[in-house]
Amino acid sequence: MIHPIPPGTRDILPEEMRELRELERRLADTFSRFGYGEVGTPTIEYDEVLERGNGRTAGSAYRFFDERGDLLALRSDMTVPIARMVAGRFGGEEPPFRLFYVARAYRPVRPQRGQMREFTQAGVELIGTPAPEGTADVIEVLEAALDEAGLDRALIGLGDADLYRQALAELGIEGEARDSMLKRLAAHDLVGLQEELELIEGIADEQRQTLVALSQLRGSREVLEEARAIGGEAVERATSRLAGTFDELERRAAADRVQIDLGLLRDLGYYTGAILEIYDPAVGHVLGGGGRYDGLLARFGRDLPAVGFSFYLERVHVAQAEEERAGKGERGEAQ
Amino acid sequence: VSTVSVSGATARAAGPLKLAVPGGALFEGALEALDRAGLDTSGLRSDSRSMIFDGSGVTLVTMRPSDVPTYVEAGAADLGITGKDVLLEQSDRVVYELLDLGFGECTMVLAGRKGDERLGEDERRLGAMRIATKYPRVAERHFEQTGRQAEVIEVKGSVELAPLVGLADGIVDLVASGRTLAENDLEVREEIARCTARLVANRVSHKLRPREVDELTARLREATSR
Repeated sequence: MIHPIPPGTRDILPEEMRELRELERRLADTFSRFGYGEVGTPTIEYDEVLERGNGRTAGSAYRFFDERGDLLALRSDMTVPIARMVAGRFGGEEPPFRLFYVARAYRPVRPQRGQMREFTQAGVELIGTPAPEGTADVIEVLEAALDEAGLDRALIGLGDADLYRQALAELGIEGEARDSMLKRLAAHDLVGLQEELELIEGIADEQRQTLVALSQLRGSREVLEEARAIGGEAVERATSRLAGTFDELERRAAADRVQIDLGLLRDLGYYTGAILEIYDPAVGHVLGGGGRYDGLLARFGRDLPAVGFSFYLERVHVAQAEEERAGKGERGEAQ
Repeated sequence: VSTVSVSGATARAAGPLKLAVPGGALFEGALEALDRAGLDTSGLRSDSRSMIFDGSGVTLVTMRPSDVPTYVEAGAADLGITGKDVLLEQSDRVVYELLDLGFGECTMVLAGRKGDERLGEDERRLGAMRIATKYPRVAERHFEQTGRQAEVIEVKGSVELAPLVGLADGIVDLVASGRTLAENDLEVREEIARCTARLVANRVSHKLRPREVDELTARLREATSR
């Protein structure tokens, strides 16, 4: 008889575990080489603490009481626990702090979708170095990690978390209407976005089209010019931040794998400024992401700029396997 | 908080963009739009049993409309055409909805038997109406948003049968001309959503092949706005 395990969890047998450990080791070596030190935090935290970090977006899906009646929660990522730890424990020390982790995190799943309730994140946090240097620093680490994982075709999307919040505010769209439109923008539901914009009075056709067109701008530096040509002040501010980061990357000859993407939105509440997503042509899903969270540490009592990224380890492993297969295919077909 | 799927990370090969073309009621409209966009649909029009065709620069893959979001979300197809009804029902699928293609217009409605008061009566006396549908999530969301309670019963086949034999008080279904409703002595009580064919894209394809995706989107926009 087979005794079941909860959906979204899995057992790992030796062959897969060996490969996962090898990948973990390569990533950890890369992070160490750039001066990052490994940290661990508890899998369970006080719900109140995680909530403080996640703000309005949902924190953990798994909450329970301990023997004293305190409400605990399983972490949904490592960024909030590390922000809590740095704000509380690094009191006497001078930033920047360079930290990395390979750790399990927990998120809710929808049934029958192959979604993971428990998964592994591998990533870094650079705390105390502002934009654009800090952002460029972690993108360099990310690029080295992709190389080390054998994903040399992977691409990094670079966007700005404040762009649409500010652009919508500029149009006088606030509150629920704004949240609903941000959600549609994040999902790239362009038809629905158009419909909602049409319901709002006092917005010119041109402004409506600008918002939709902005979300489709992705590519190299030229998209910044295209955005400036159609946008207002919010666009000006976001593009100049992006240009700053991109200039810094070019100075370090690290801009080749970075695609500027004005349509990028991430659904975690703590991001400010630059945001990142990682793609590989061999798989249809995002391999990881990150960004700046300059306001998060202050929520825990120490105001420091910060930036980080993390990989979904299991997905990187799938991408590795697919890239290997694709590589063999190409050689086999002798193109 | 976004969710993480591992098994869904489907392998993709390079080569031409793959476009999922829906069979069924949207098939003819899709072919017409693709023709006008300058794609070769002769393979799709032939009586071949094959499901994969070369559409001059784009690979065309035929499937059930309700499978299109599945293939596109996983990246097994880069782009797809499907009905808004399918997207509403599968709203948890992460696909980019790029374009309203305009054809295949239908309305998602709540319908009951003509002159029959059972919908209202059951709601008042029993606290909930019984609704049969092929779109359980659309129905549940509609009643939730309008502050009513309903017992939603999922059926797979002709949903019009349910109120006639007493399985349900009413139905939530997609209506084109309204003839099927009329023939079964049913009438529209509420309109829930207007549904047309939409162009959807895989998130990673949209990021990694921007020129090709934008170009095909523009061609289809042009082809369907005339």
